[in-house]
Amino acid sequence: MLAPTEVDGLFSALRSMAAQGLGIIFISHKLNEVRALTHRCVVLRHGRVAGRVDAPASTTSSEMARLMCGHEIVPPARGPSTPGAAVLTLEGISTSQHSGMALRDVSLSVRGGEILGIAGVSGNGQRALAEVISGVHAPDAGKMTIAGKTVSRFSPRDVQALGLGRIPEDRMTTGLVTNLPLADSMVLPRIGTEAFSRNGLLKPDAIRAFAEAQIKAYDIRCPGPMTRAGALSGGNLQKALLARELAFDPKVLIVSQPTRGLDIGAARFIHEKFLDMRAKGCGIIVIGEDLEELLMLSDRIAVMYEGRIVGTLDSADASVARLGLMMTGAEGKA
Amino acid sequence: MFRLEARTSTPAWFNLALPLLAIGATLILCSGLIALAGAGVVEAYGVMFSASLGDSYAVTETLVRATPMIFTGLAVAVAFRAKFWNIGAEGQLLAGAVASCAVGAIPMPGPLAMLLMALAGAAAGAAVALIPATLRVKFRVDDVVSSLLLNSVIFYALMALIEGPWKDSFSGYPISPPIEDTANFPVLLEGTRLHLGVVAALVAAPLIWFVVARTTLGFRIRVTGENPEAARYGGINVERVLISTALLSGALAGLAGVGEVGGVHFQVMSDISPGYGYSGIVVAMLARLNPLGVVPAAIFLAAVMTGAEAMSRATGVPAFLSEVIQGTALLAMLVALLFTAYRIRRVGTAK
Repeated sequence: MLAPTEVDGLFSALRSMAAQGLGIIFISHKLNEVRALTHRCVVLRHGRVAGRVDAPASTTSSEMARLMCGHEIVPPARGPSTPGAAVLTLEGISTSQHSGMALRDVSLSVRGGEILGIAGVSGNGQRALAEVISGVHAPDAGKMTIAGKTVSRFSPRDVQALGLGRIPEDRMTTGLVTNLPLADSMVLPRIGTEAFSRNGLLKPDAIRAFAEAQIKAYDIRCPGPMTRAGALSGGNLQKALLARELAFDPKVLIVSQPTRGLDIGAARFIHEKFLDMRAKGCGIIVIGEDLEELLMLSDRIAVMYEGRIVGTLDSADASVARLGLMMTGAEGKA
Repeated sequence: MFRLEARTSTPAWFNLALPLLAIGATLILCSGLIALAGAGVVEAYGVMFSASLGDSYAVTETLVRATPMIFTGLAVAVAFRAKFWNIGAEGQLLAGAVASCAVGAIPMPGPLAMLLMALAGAAAGAAVALIPATLRVKFRVDDVVSSLLLNSVIFYALMALIEGPWKDSFSGYPISPPIEDTANFPVLLEGTRLHLGVVAALVAAPLIWFVVARTTLGFRIRVTGENPEAARYGGINVERVLISTALLSGALAGLAGVGEVGGVHFQVMSDISPGYGYSGIVVAMLARLNPLGVVPAAIFLAAVMTGAEAMSRATGVPAFLSEVIQGTALLAMLVALLFTAYRIRRVGTAK
């Protein structure tokens, strides 16, 4: 993944190569990039050509999105926010080098009914941040609270019990068990709770009923709860992961790259769910690289660089250009 | 041209069809060897069948032979579900045999002796399995290698015991003192060797199925085996699950040794197990790691073993054929398992 300034560099290189007579095929689901770069565009849907655009620069993104999805896509409107008390705070969190970039003295807070975006070029500590908040790794220093309670033991089960929900960055490796039935993945984080087991015995009927209800509520396309999770499409898997977290009304939700690799229709569905949760008073942290998406969803955006938060902007004051500059390490003071 | 293509789902009848297919392929492949040994294939397999399953006494003998392999098969099936690669069922069986023999030699009321023998054997097997599991969890030592090598360690420890302190001072044979007569497992059918351990094995299989399919421990074992990362992120203590699995697996393998001491040999000698621990791997694979499938798979292998001896006497084909059949069955099953994940597609020239 490239920072916006690097994208500009790549594009100018591609343009000069094209000017020298090279034919270039550019494959992407980022409509604004396709519009900015290409001379002609072919839209594929389900393995067929769904449309051709002869002058991408002069069409709108929504027109191309319509071709991609086969129906109109209306971007969700983010209403005014009425944030409540802080539901997640980090104070001076530092970690050792366990997976990529370590965190250095990170402090942030998210209030109920607020979406905080975390922008940054991949590899600047986002993974460590997500792992600390999800309870997978304990920090070396610092304090974290969830819904006003200090986290004393960092384990996925403990932070979940305090009200944290989590949509992992990597659906296939850290979210789901692709070889087992979908229902198993959907109850995995809460298998030890009263909802799905008692005295060490599973409640197979309750597990099945839960999975079936979520499949229906989220319109997850699959033959049934006993389908192998790996057989589902990315968008449906993301819906399943969202369903399993939202079913238990988390107070804080942390999501990483929520729509990476998803088609525009599935992405829109995920966005709407986040905004629904925000309206219900849930605090949401969205870690992402797609700045357009962060700007559309977030109330505030914090930028990470080399394991630190270099600045936080209200999204009204933020722009792709400004965030892009901060992501490369330029100080983020207004 | 043919090509392997990934399947999105596996039909349910595959669970039954694949082992049968593998067994069929094995018998066909091995018929060549029988012919090479100069015997009639149909005659040889006929003797094999009638000697192992042909009459009620043969059936009881086959069941007695199947019993330790049901236990080791369950041990391996549970372990492999969690992807704890326990190749050490053989050593765990021997440890269970030694421990139960030591307990069985102490005079006490029969039922109490049998219960304590089972507990001691299970504990000894579990303790042995704990070693490779701990090495893997704490130091990331490969469990295939450590559990396999431990088999030799346990075997030579057993040899040292029966060549040393346990040696029969009368005859000088390297065999342990016998257990108390009261500790001998009761025979269920007059005139046969069908002992209490056989029933225990037949009860253990559905019990272990229940543990794997219907308990949170079983859920955690399955998830940890399929995707340890997702398990860890989902709040499962993967290390603890591996240790629990090892203890359960080792205890089951230990019980195989208890059955051999209490129900068949009543003492420990160097050849108390003709590789039942390794056969457990074949059994578990034929059963596709399903505890209920372990019973028929173990009975099949037991029939091959008892049948091969009779066949050897009647036709002159070496009894080693039984081991060849076991090995071939494992390979055939591994090939057959490929078809649960892939299908063969004929690839024509593209239009």
